[in-house]
This record gives sequence, structure tokens and C-alpha cells, in this order.
Amino acid sequence: MMQFWQQLINGLSLGAFYALIALGYTMVYGVLRFINFAHGDVFMLGAFCGYYLTPRLLPHFTGPLAPVGVTVVLVATMAICAIIGILIERLAYRPLRRMPKLTVLITAIGVSLFLEYAGQFVFGADPKAFPELMPDRALENTGALTVTTTQVAAFAVTLLLLVGLTFVVKRTRLGMAMRALSNNSTAAALMGVNIDTVISFTFGLGSALAGAAGILYAISYPSIDPLMGVLPGIKAFVAAVLGGIGNIPGAAVGGLILGGVETIVAGSAYSTYRDAIAFAILIIILLFRPAGLFGKVQVEKV
Amino acid sequence: MNYRHIKQLALLAALVLAAVASHFSGAINAYYLQVVLFIGINIILATSLNLINGYTGQFSLGHAGFMAVGAYASAYLSSEHSAGLFHALGGASAFSIAIVFPLVLLGGGVAAALAGLIVGVPSLRLKGDYLAIVTLGFGEIIRVMIQNTDAVGGPRGYSGIAGYTTLFWTYAVAALTIYIVVSMIDSTYGRGFLTVRDDEIAAEAIGINTTRYKVTAFVLGAFFAGVAGGLYAHTTTYINPSGFDFQLSVQIVIMVILGGMGSTAGVAFAAILLTVLLEYLRFVAGYEWLPDIVRRIAANRMIIFSLVLIALMLLRPQGLFGALPRMASAGRKSIKSGPGPTIPTR
Repeated sequence: MMQFWQQLINGLSLGAFYALIALGYTMVYGVLRFINFAHGDVFMLGAFCGYYLTPRLLPHFTGPLAPVGVTVVLVATMAICAIIGILIERLAYRPLRRMPKLTVLITAIGVSLFLEYAGQFVFGADPKAFPELMPDRALENTGALTVTTTQVAAFAVTLLLLVGLTFVVKRTRLGMAMRALSNNSTAAALMGVNIDTVISFTFGLGSALAGAAGILYAISYPSIDPLMGVLPGIKAFVAAVLGGIGNIPGAAVGGLILGGVETIVAGSAYSTYRDAIAFAILIIILLFRPAGLFGKVQVEKV
Repeated sequence: MNYRHIKQLALLAALVLAAVASHFSGAINAYYLQVVLFIGINIILATSLNLINGYTGQFSLGHAGFMAVGAYASAYLSSEHSAGLFHALGGASAFSIAIVFPLVLLGGGVAAALAGLIVGVPSLRLKGDYLAIVTLGFGEIIRVMIQNTDAVGGPRGYSGIAGYTTLFWTYAVAALTIYIVVSMIDSTYGRGFLTVRDDEIAAEAIGINTTRYKVTAFVLGAFFAGVAGGLYAHTTTYINPSGFDFQLSVQIVIMVILGGMGSTAGVAFAAILLTVLLEYLRFVAGYEWLPDIVRRIAANRMIIFSLVLIALMLLRPQGLFGALPRMASAGRKSIKSGPGPTIPTR
């Protein structure tokens, strides 16, 4: 039984990463009705940003200032990833906005592959050890369960970012514009929303979250390589679909559920199928409740 | 002499040509022969994927999985289960191989067709992005399952496969595949595939059973991919599940897109072009007089492939021989269309 609770705790921390990445997928889908295949690779770039920034920035923040240093690295990575996301959108997706969806889908696959293999070319294909951003210790007073500082940090940062995102989406004008665009893009344009700006902003926001997820993930699993974004990217997509694609709290919940299920499977007798379980969930969801847990059931009008 | 006769004559001519070429294939450099064999296999793969992606409009990213099933099934059949048949035919001779090998290939194809059925049925209600991810998932699941099957070697791969593949078999199958696919699409029944691609709702409305066409496309496409896998296994004599990954699926997809989805001649041409390019890049990586960075990029062919894909979509989405995709003036299919999201519905 203790085993189960332990697995749950591990699962929640894994789920936090999936939730962060899933948020990016769901926001872009809500605004553009398109799955950004390259999103998982922005996650990978975030981890590599952290890899290169940490030795350059962290030594400036010694002793008690160390948490400030970590925050600086995190924020810098999020900014860089946001810029990368915006660049991708302008170069690869914007010219194709009027084209059929299949064309953009293929382009997204192309961008994803390019990021992965250019990453291999630039960073080297071998896994690298992520530098230690914070000490990884087990907390003292948790009884029979083991909770590590990295797990707490990952979960706390995820929660913070979620709250921040909800604030941006619900309380700012840009957030309102995002919601308007996702509801009815033509009407939004007629109401004076600058479509290009809002789409860029959405991409930037989603990519920043993916970058943060990259750093948090690399803290917990310190081996990074250019292909690390493939599997988490697909699983985060499944999480977004599970929660209802286009629905922001749904993506977060979906991520947590997927993380929990995957950890339980990984700890069970069928551990070799831990990656396949995400696809199985995807197929089941798409067959029985395609709108996801929180999505609206859309009736297709002919 | 009408079109049908021309096609049949062309098929016959191709078979004869393949037989003649195969007879003299001993004189060619072994490396070039291998490349020519790969070209043939890629033609089969591209044509079979074109049936699913190009003609029926179902965007499948898991074709390598079908190839893997065919490769492993046929390898297993020829290594473990062909002894009895050989015995009945009087030992291993050119004649008995000519009987056993097609049967083995057929076995691989049927196994892959079964996989195609399993993949095709859940895909019925999915479109676009979802279909792509689900087929990708199936491709990965197949690969993981093979990796976990010790009877065929698991992660160590399956070695010791007999080298039955010759020029004749490869190109005979390629010619047959092209003939079957083209004949089918040109037929009255085959028009249904194109209808499903162009407008599924209208197709249902006029009485086309879209379910049947989609499943048929997947099953047939998987069948030929399986046979191609069998041919592949019997020429490389060693197969490993990691060789049938998403990268391979993408390479086949690029061939289909480059050639123009929905044009068999186009994808065959693109298959030839890309296979040759791939091999040529290997040489470029070896030219010492080129600057080092060019050589390194050539060695990383996936970078070039992905850039080709992006450039293709930005500059010429219809590929070399295809028709322009339906423009967004039709409204429903572009990104920024109307209010509703196009998630699959009940």
C-alpha cells in the first residue's frame, strides 16, 4: 500500500512535467486548431539552454543567493524558448496559414525533425550530464514515503506557472484575445484583435512553459540528449487530449493523470510497456470520449 | 488496344526485363546491386504508402511498423518453417527457392495486412493530426512488441536469414504493386478511395462505404509494405527492430510527399531519387576536399531530409507530380476556418 502512495508521489512529479508541456500543445491548438509537433523539441532546447547557461550564470550567485541564481537560469531559459517558439511560428507556420491542415502538419513534423537532428549536429548526439542546479535530498519528516527536494521544487514551480498562466489567460487583455481567437477567429479579428500578435504571443507563452519543463525535467533526470523531447512530447500530447484539447485546466489534469498511470505501470510487472501505455490511453480516449475529460462534446454539423 | 491492354503489356515487359536483368546481375558490382535492390524495395514502400496517404487521404505515419511485421514474419517463416516444404520439393535448389520464397513473402504480407487491419479499424473516426499520432503510436507499439519478443531475437535482432532476394523478385513485386494499385484506382471501385480523400461526408452521402475503403486502403498498403519488408529481410540477412523506427516511416512519407501524393509515377520517381540521394550523401561525407562542415551535414542526412520537407511544404506542397492541394477557399480544411474545432466527434 505504501508502495502505491510512493508511486503516486513519483507519478505526480512526472505528471507535472507532462502538464507543463501539455499546456503549450493545448494553447496552440485552441488558437490555431493545429498540433505543433515541434513542441516536444522546444522542451529539449530548454534543457540544453539550462545546460549551457548554468555554468555561466550560477557561479555568480553563491551561498544564500543560490535560489536566486536558479530562478535567473529558469527565467532566462523561458525567455530564450519563447523567442525560439515565436521564430518557428513566423518562419514555418505563418506562411502556411491559408493552406490545408495536412500541409502544416507535415511542416510541423519537418520542424520537429530538424530541431532534433540539428540538435544532434550542434550539441552532439551523446547524452550529457546536466549540471546540478539544486541539491537533491530526501525530505526529513515524511515517514515511510520518500519525497525529494527536486520533486517538491518541480511541483511547486509547476503550480506557480499554472497560477501565472491562469492569471494571464483570465485577467489580461492578451489572454482575453487568446480566448476570443480560440472561440471564433473571424469575429475576434472583426473586433480588432491583432491575430498575428496574439498567435505569436500564444506560441511564445507555450514555448516558455515547455522550456521551464525542460529545466525541471533535467533537474530530476540529469541526463539530456537531443532526442529527449520526442517521447515526452508525444505523451504530453496524449495528456492534452486526455484533458480535452483546447482546455487549459484539462491539460494540467491530463498531465497529472498520465504521469500517475505511467509511473504505476513502470513499477508493475509490465514495466517494458510504460511508453506504450500512453498510446493505449490515447486510442481509448479517442474511441470512447474524443472530447477528452473536460472538453465540450462537439456535434459535427454537415 | 486500350489502356488496360497497355498496362498489362507494360507489366509483362517489366517482368521480362526484371528476369533478364536479374540473370546478368552477377556482373554488377555488389554494392550497386544492393542499391538497386533498395530502390526497388523503396518503390514498393512508397507506392503502398501512397495508396493510404495519397489516394485515400489517411495520413499514416506508422508504415515502418507494417514493414517490420512483414520482415519479421517472412524471416521467421523462411528460417523456422520452410524446412518441411523444401524437403517435399527435393532439397534446396533454384526451383524450390522460386516456390518457397514467394510463399514466404506472401506470409509476411498477410501478417502485415493483419496489422493493417488492427491499425485501420480504430483509425476510422480519426482525421488529420489525431490519425497521424495514432498511426505513429501503432508503429512504435509494433516496434516495442517485436523488441520484447525473444523468439525473434528481441533487441539483439534476427540474424541468419537466407539471402533469397534477387533483382527479379524485387522488381517483379514492384511492377506488380504498381500495376495493382494503378489498376485499382482507375477502376470504378477504386474511385471510391479518391472520394473518401476529397470529401468524406459527401462520399457517405452518395452511398460510398467510407469505412470499407479506409480499412481496405490500410490492409492493402500494409500488405505490400509487408512484402517489401520480406524482400528487405532476405537481402540484408539481419534485421533489428530499431531499424524500423519513426525515422524510416518519415523517409517513406517524404518519398510520397516529394513525388506528389496521389501520383504513383511521382512517388516511384521520388523513391528512386531519394534512395540514390541517400547513397550519394554517404559518398559526399567521404570526399576530403569538401569543407568539414559540409561533410558533417551530409553525414547527418536527417537534417537535410527535414529541411527538404519544410522547404517542400513552403514552396511546392504538391510535390513534383502531384496536384495542388485543395485551397482554403473551400473553407473547411484550413487552419483558420470557422468556429468549431475539428476534433473527432461521436
